[in-house]
Amino acid sequence: MNKEILIRYDRCTGCRSCELACAVAHSASKTLFGALSEKKPPRKRIFVHQVGSKKVPLNCRHCAEAPCIDACIAGAMHRTAEGVVTNEDGEQPCTGCWMCVMVCPYGVIRSELAEKIALKCDRNCLDGSGTPACVRACPTGALVYGAVDSFAADRRQEFLSKALL
Amino acid sequence: MLSRDRAVQQMLDIARQQNVETVWDRLADQLPQCGFGELGLCCRHCTQGPCRISPFADGPQRGVCGATADTMVARGLVRAIAAGAAAHAGHAKHLAHALHKWARGTAPDYAVRDEAKLRAVAARQGIDGAELSTRELAEKVAHSAFSQFAEGDGPMAWARATLTAGRMQALEKLGALPAGIESSIAEMLHRTHIGVDADPVNLLAGGISCAVADYTGCHIGTDLADILFGTPAPVVSEANLGALKPEAVNIALHGHNPVLSEVLVRVAAEMQSEAQAAGAQGINLVGICCTGNEVLMRHGVPPLTHSISQEMPILTGALDAMVVDYQCVYPSIVEVSRCYGTKVITTMGMAKIAGATHIELKEEEAAEKARQIIREAITAFQARRGRPVNIPPVKSKVVAGFSVEAILAALAKLNAADPLKPLLDNIVSGNIQGVVLFAGCNNVKVPQDHNYLVMAEELLRRDVLLLATGCGAGAYARHGLLDPAATERYAGAGLKAVLSAIGQANGLDGPLPPVLHMGSCVDNSRAVDLAVAIASKLGVDTDKLPVAASAPEFKTEKAVAIGTWAVACGLPVHLGLVPPVLGSALVTSLLTAGIKDLLGGYFIVETDPQQAAEKLYAAIQERRRGLGLETRPW
Ligand code: SF4
Ligand code: SF4
Ligand code: SF4
Ligand code: SF4
Repeated sequence: MNKEILIRYDRCTGCRSCELACAVAHSASKTLFGALSEKKPPRKRIFVHQVGSKKVPLNCRHCAEAPCIDACIAGAMHRTAEGVVTNEDGEQPCTGCWMCVMVCPYGVIRSELAEKIALKCDRNCLDGSGTPACVRACPTGALVYGAVDSFAADRRQEFLSKALL
Repeated sequence: MLSRDRAVQQMLDIARQQNVETVWDRLADQLPQCGFGELGLCCRHCTQGPCRISPFADGPQRGVCGATADTMVARGLVRAIAAGAAAHAGHAKHLAHALHKWARGTAPDYAVRDEAKLRAVAARQGIDGAELSTRELAEKVAHSAFSQFAEGDGPMAWARATLTAGRMQALEKLGALPAGIESSIAEMLHRTHIGVDADPVNLLAGGISCAVADYTGCHIGTDLADILFGTPAPVVSEANLGALKPEAVNIALHGHNPVLSEVLVRVAAEMQSEAQAAGAQGINLVGICCTGNEVLMRHGVPPLTHSISQEMPILTGALDAMVVDYQCVYPSIVEVSRCYGTKVITTMGMAKIAGATHIELKEEEAAEKARQIIREAITAFQARRGRPVNIPPVKSKVVAGFSVEAILAALAKLNAADPLKPLLDNIVSGNIQGVVLFAGCNNVKVPQDHNYLVMAEELLRRDVLLLATGCGAGAYARHGLLDPAATERYAGAGLKAVLSAIGQANGLDGPLPPVLHMGSCVDNSRAVDLAVAIASKLGVDTDKLPVAASAPEFKTEKAVAIGTWAVACGLPVHLGLVPPVLGSALVTSLLTAGIKDLLGGYFIVETDPQQAAEKLYAAIQERRRGLGLETRPW
């Protein structure tokens, strides 16, 4: 069962630690202090927004039916054996046509204008235990890395214990 | 490894077995810590925030008000300096009040124990005391101290009287001479309020000014403590948890200020029989942190442990009371004490901990309060009798008490007419390559004492004379580096010869210890006095001396303030942890480079202790070169 990054919306404090950790994970040195002095500043692939009073992190859902893959005429966007949707190391290089940006329902693909490519969550950030950087950084447990069905089971349990106990 | 201290390691095993949460567990719970905070890129100075700035230009570059990363970082740093200065100012003012009350006759439990120092300080501050009684003069000196806090005309007299003329000029050029200690602290709070000072360079100049105010507060603290309680002279004791006695009423004195602990030391001596009547062998006073340093320096009270390991003595089950004043006292001690029956007693109205017993110290009735505190401890002892204790059999011999007066007295045995000469001659000849002052705290992010030990071993080997204060001195105490035997083990040939010659001239059995314990954190002012004396004798300013400072495991805002005034005094200052300034390249480069052209001092940030020792040694060699002294590559 593939693991996904699932969000417990009620827990996000909007601290942006996930954004910072994502950027650092995509730096050469992989450390915050080291990344500061790198020529090419690292880029984040997760975005924290505020909607009303709610704080919400959002990144690529790695959709099972990924519109960005279909839209990518260049042949860059693809799904890896691990289920990760990415435009890195595809059949062809990304041409920066932004088709994927247009079709992504969540707006979580961004541009890297200097290199004229699209940037998105690529999960090139896992630690030894296979956990993504943003999840490791989240101090409140708003980001959960787990199997969809076990997340759903936890949600059911939560709901039922609130409703019935 | 969490701590290099064997006693702490043993107590941590017990903490694990008994499921007691310690500072190390709480750090683990805090991880990961916020990167914006680590870089100084978060501002909460108004309710339009909190604002954060993306360090990678991958998000907001300004706070809501328009503050840039440079402004934010500089504002945060100078606020930390102001907080540190406020802590030392409070400490110093407390002593001034005690002296003043004694002079007025309302604090009979105090006394002037060092009249010579009273007269020397008065003379230094231009007070004519020839015709005055001790009380009259004490009142004048107290008033002179009080006058440093508010705003006076021109630079503060206590800074001017204790720094070199060259320093005063360099600081004045920078606009960094504060008019008063508390006015400077208030000004920094004003300047860092939303919409006031937004120029990072101007803010840093203000921070240096506030650090000079902090220096003045520290100096007053040291001077007045010496006047009231005696100037430290060499004293032999021991350090670490092994100094606890299972059959005695063990009372730890923790915090920073000697105003209460001094009275406790005296009253405890009078109450030994009361403790014996309760079935104890007696009262065993022990120290923690800088209150511990104060009573070690003046009375040989053994220091138990320092800073991050302050919860450990409670875990022994043998500590009957922990009496605290203020600063660096972790509120967690109350929680830990619940499991072991230790009475945590707070004593300052402005520093209470929920759940602790509060017995407020009033200078007017200090001895009575002290007796009350000791009776609480005796009661706790009676309740603990028969329960098992876990005292790790770890302790080291300590020789402490090296005030400037004590160092000069020891040197006078080599040259009575000119005590500094032997020291200078040995610096010139290279037997002593230079001097490094180790100051500051332990920090739970560093394996306790590791940086202190690695750096000391490396520098001693290279014939660098080491001074230490605060929890740094505590680390060396617990690891045997304040034992003269350590000179044999660690010092290079040149340094060993000097320390042995001084020891011999003073009729000691062996050399002086390789690290000289100069006192608590406020007593870093003693190191400045020594540096100023050497500089004046050499006819140079303090920024030319082969002298450096290091806070390899610093933690507090006080340490930030002290580090900054050490830089202002012209010293290279090493920091073993990265302060929260990297979010601004401008501020970082000013602190580590730009400031050198203005004041001679600068910060060296290096987290690897071996590298840090090498960098300090290189800085010392650079200074030697500047003075035309022979250098020694390593
Ligand atoms: S921007 Fe790149 S990844 Fe996206 S559709 Fe175009 S070529 Fe494919
Ligand atoms: S999974 Fe990795 S790449 Fe994707 S948003 Fe999180 S940190 Fe960034
Ligand atoms: S780290 Fe967690 S709490 Fe912070 S913004 Fe991201 S999802 Fe929200
Ligand atoms: S002072 Fe400025 S940067 Fe700070 S919280 Fe207010 S608006 Fe934000």
